[in-house]
Amino acid sequence: MVNAKINGKDIQVPENTTILEAAKLNHIKIPHLCYLKGVNEIGACRVCVVEIEGQDRLVSSCNTVLQEGMSVLTNSPKARQARRVNVELILSQHNARCAECVRSGNCELQTTANDLGINSFPYHKDLPAFDWNKEFPLIRDAQKCIKCMRCVQVCDEIQAMHVWDVSRTGSRTTVDVTGGKDITEADCTVCGQCITHCPVGALTVRDDTQKVRDAFADKDKIMIASVAPAVRTSWGEQLGLTHDEASANRLATALRAAGFDYVFDTDFSADLTIMEEASEFVEKLKNAGKNKFPMFTSCCPGWVRFVKMVFPDLVPQLSSAKSPQQMFGAIIKTWYAQILGVEPEKIYHVSFMPCTAKKYECDVSCMDSSGARDVDVVLTVRELGRLIRSEGIDVTALE
Amino acid sequence: MSRLSIMNETKAQATADSLYKDLERRVTGAPPGLCPLDLASSFLKLCASQTCGKCVPCRVGLPQLTNLIEDLLDGKGDMKTVDLIEKTAETISSSADCAIGYEAANMVLKGLKGFRDDYVAHAKTGHCAAEGFHAVPCVSLCPAHVDIPGYIALVNAGRYADAVRLIRKDNPFPSVCAMVCEHPCENKCRRRMVDDALNIRGLKLYAIDHSGHVPVYRDGEKGAEATGKKVAVIGGGPAGVSAAYYLAQMGHSVEIFEQRKRLGGMLRYGIPSYRLPREVLDAEINTLLTAGDIKVHTEISIGGADYPLKKLNEEFDAVFIAIGAHTDKTLKIPGEDAEGVMSAVELLRRIGDYDYPDFSGKKVVVVGGGNVAMDCARSSLRLKADKVTLAYRRRKDDMTALAEEVEATEVEGCEILELAAPLKVEVGADGKAKALWVKQQMISNIKGGRPAPKDATADPIRLEADIIVVAIGQGIDSYNFEQAGIAVKWGCIQALDSEEIANMPGVFSGGDCVSGPATVIRAIAAGKVAAANIDEYLGYHHPIEMPTDVPEPVPHNRPACGRVKMRERPIDERIHDFNLVEKGMTEEEMLQESNRCLRCDYYGFGKFRGGREFRW
Ligand SMILES: Cc1cc2nc3c(=O)[nH]c(=O)nc-3n(C[C@H](O)[C@H](O)[C@H](O)COP(=O)(O)OP(=O)(O)OC[C@H]3O[C@@H](n4cnc5c(N)ncnc54)[C@H](O)[C@@H]3O)c2cc1C
Ligand code: SF4
Ligand code: SF4
Ligand code: SF4
Ligand code: FES
Repeated sequence: MVNAKINGKDIQVPENTTILEAAKLNHIKIPHLCYLKGVNEIGACRVCVVEIEGQDRLVSSCNTVLQEGMSVLTNSPKARQARRVNVELILSQHNARCAECVRSGNCELQTTANDLGINSFPYHKDLPAFDWNKEFPLIRDAQKCIKCMRCVQVCDEIQAMHVWDVSRTGSRTTVDVTGGKDITEADCTVCGQCITHCPVGALTVRDDTQKVRDAFADKDKIMIASVAPAVRTSWGEQLGLTHDEASANRLATALRAAGFDYVFDTDFSADLTIMEEASEFVEKLKNAGKNKFPMFTSCCPGWVRFVKMVFPDLVPQLSSAKSPQQMFGAIIKTWYAQILGVEPEKIYHVSFMPCTAKKYECDVSCMDSSGARDVDVVLTVRELGRLIRSEGIDVTALE
Repeated sequence: MSRLSIMNETKAQATADSLYKDLERRVTGAPPGLCPLDLASSFLKLCASQTCGKCVPCRVGLPQLTNLIEDLLDGKGDMKTVDLIEKTAETISSSADCAIGYEAANMVLKGLKGFRDDYVAHAKTGHCAAEGFHAVPCVSLCPAHVDIPGYIALVNAGRYADAVRLIRKDNPFPSVCAMVCEHPCENKCRRRMVDDALNIRGLKLYAIDHSGHVPVYRDGEKGAEATGKKVAVIGGGPAGVSAAYYLAQMGHSVEIFEQRKRLGGMLRYGIPSYRLPREVLDAEINTLLTAGDIKVHTEISIGGADYPLKKLNEEFDAVFIAIGAHTDKTLKIPGEDAEGVMSAVELLRRIGDYDYPDFSGKKVVVVGGGNVAMDCARSSLRLKADKVTLAYRRRKDDMTALAEEVEATEVEGCEILELAAPLKVEVGADGKAKALWVKQQMISNIKGGRPAPKDATADPIRLEADIIVVAIGQGIDSYNFEQAGIAVKWGCIQALDSEEIANMPGVFSGGDCVSGPATVIRAIAAGKVAAANIDEYLGYHHPIEMPTDVPEPVPHNRPACGRVKMRERPIDERIHDFNLVEKGMTEEEMLQESNRCLRCDYYGFGKFRGGREFRW
């Protein structure tokens, strides 16, 4: 154990604990922006700086280990000033139009700035010009990027796809697609991990809710929703529902209220995928000599893209079955269209999914069993919340 | 009102001057790999601040040039911008009224030539050709990329044996390098921004002086499993032995063929023992030879009729040629074949085999201005010469020898005669040299970045001499290899950056024989590169791994502080023997010096990327 002082209080923490963690263990909050435990401990934003008594310079608490006998001041005048100025400097390169930002309310920079009470702004705004392909499911806004490098690290260290890299030099240093490529040409699996870990709204999922609203407006369309199990269990959180309140039935009611004619659970086609894959596996086993094993599932488009880009020689080992989302799409636009007795083009099928890669998947050109697009639009859990809110539906009042 | 007044420095002026000094240090310590356009633009801003404001091209032109370069940097320019920059800079260069203007423009023009690709890349793509990345300065400047902050931290922690192990991961010769490395790693040490570069070599010396014997493997450790592959190494200098060391660790069987009696190459037959004691060299080589299956054949010269290269090619799976640069360059002046005239290589080679000529009662003149010339002059003093004079064509400032070597040569009692070009050797009736006649020179225009000498209108000078040592450079004995089909240019073997010989699969070459006479650490790096690429060529990928952890830095104050210099034995004592001149740091000096390290592996970009290479 290490004995030290934080803000005059004697504390004891296990060896190799950072100052930030030690403070947290003792209920002292130190604001931080770039730090992501185990992934990004590079000391970039300098918002977490604290003073160590007897030392001239401040240290970043996120990656400095607390030493025996250290006396740390998290709120000394020097630390306070540096923290504030550094946040103001970050804001000078951040297009803080929070009202138009999907991350508003869930943004680490916004929270930090608000908590510090920053309400006037002393620096020149310095926003870089940039260009991005808005058709791709992953959207980057360079004017919001705070250069924390989390996305680079997550993609390098966890996803191993190396899509993001430091770009440009000197004071123009920023983050961009590796090698200056267009995102569509990068090895991006569209897994969305960078979006999840971006502290601000610089990385977002393409918002497709307006497409759905437009479809609602088209009176000829039969609106069908299919909801993935993960969405069904997590949808209520952002709308303030408890776990028990956020039932499948309530979700179905909400979707109907929004304008869907039919609501399905993707569970059904997940079973179909499993059955397809199982029978394919049995077939392959019969011809064991001709086939390579193991056989891999094809149920996740992110995984399929990963195999195609990183281990192309394993592609023959992927199952040829469609994912649950696309099986459902095919069924809706063929079999169910027949049941309803309508042309597949009349059906507008919205798939609610927990992951960005599905947005990419529904756009793949061969996903048209009926001759029309099997899945018209994919919305994520956050988009589902936005759709419900924008329709003014009070979910608490529903059954 | 007084008619004249004394010039007094104001506080503001004094501060400005000291800021200029800071700037100088900052420029010297500039990290490698920056965007050259950004540099040009920043530099122009400084230049523009110096303009007196009188003439148009300088006052208006320099800021406009800055704007144009900034446009390129912001991705707002195109090739027309580049052309306009060129036209404007040419005009300022040819029409500004004083050097403040035209020299600033000349720097831009120099950049337009030197890094044109970067200008074009910015114009066409909006950013640099190669995206710069902030490597650890010392590590990136060390040709072998030794983990310098890592071993400095280990020395600081008193873990000397681990420091030696960590150095060996990239450089098998920590002891040799601790004594004679030219330490390019110190050139851009970030600490220069604070005060002065770390004494990196001195800290390495502390490690090897205090580590005791460090075997290649710890108890229970061993190299990779035997692969059954055979590699021949031609030449037992630092390049050859380094390659053998790593290849043996990777499990290959290595045979070294060395034409002399002992291994070491120029470490033994060039560098005198007062800088690198033979016991240290022998101990280091003997340790390295225990890395695995290494056989040594001495007194065998490869390439001739007895041992043609072809034979090795047939008997071995791969061959590494590291024959160094061992032939002498001659002056080509009358009387050069007189008795008493010898080459640097000849003299130092004799000493290397413990054959010390006696120069007592003799006057020695050494010709040359490089490190080898200094070694010959200092050795001659130790061989008891009456008087040693060093004659050099250019000025002392222009010598290629390290400044500290020149200084040591002078303080030990050698007279340096500048601007003296050899004319002829005066030969006595007995066929022995009597004197060296030199033509007086004057320094003239700068050519290829160096001031060139030219003949002065003055009478030749006679330098009485019984011994004349010619130390004007070495050539490479590559003739036999050229005959065997290897491309050779100016004597240098032509190898690719991977050290492969283009038209001969399995044959690699590196070290002085490829680069021309260079340095120990470059030869070591060549051996390392050869080992890695030979391993791949043989179809393997044996990584060489970090042998130890590195202590994380603990934050502490780093006030500006002087650099610890190495001590030397007193002059009147050391010039009578060939024993080591230099003395290591004391413990308190080592602690202070190692605490000066800014730990660029951790602070700055290092913590994000490139701070540590865990394997190669
Ligand atoms: C006097 C002197 C002082 C120096 N001082 C320094 C210094 O202080 N710091 C520094 O960094 N560098 C110094 N150098 C340079 C440094 O020693 C060399 O750059 C380095 O040794 C080159 O290593 P190498 O392995 O390429 O070649 P070498 O060290 O030259 O080794 C080549 C070996 O190959 C052998 N060989 C040659 N031909 C054949 C053949 N056909 N068959 C078999 N074997 C062959 C040679 O005998 C020799 O042993 C100095 C050089 C000299 C001459
Ligand atoms: S895009 Fe987001 S995660 Fe990536 S560097 Fe910018 S702010 Fe950080
Ligand atoms: S301060 Fe230390 S790590 Fe940085 S360049 Fe100098 S020696 Fe290397
Ligand atoms: S780490 Fe910070 S202070 Fe150091 S060079 Fe990078 S940006 Fe500058
Ligand atoms: S959170 Fe510690 S420096 Fe950014």
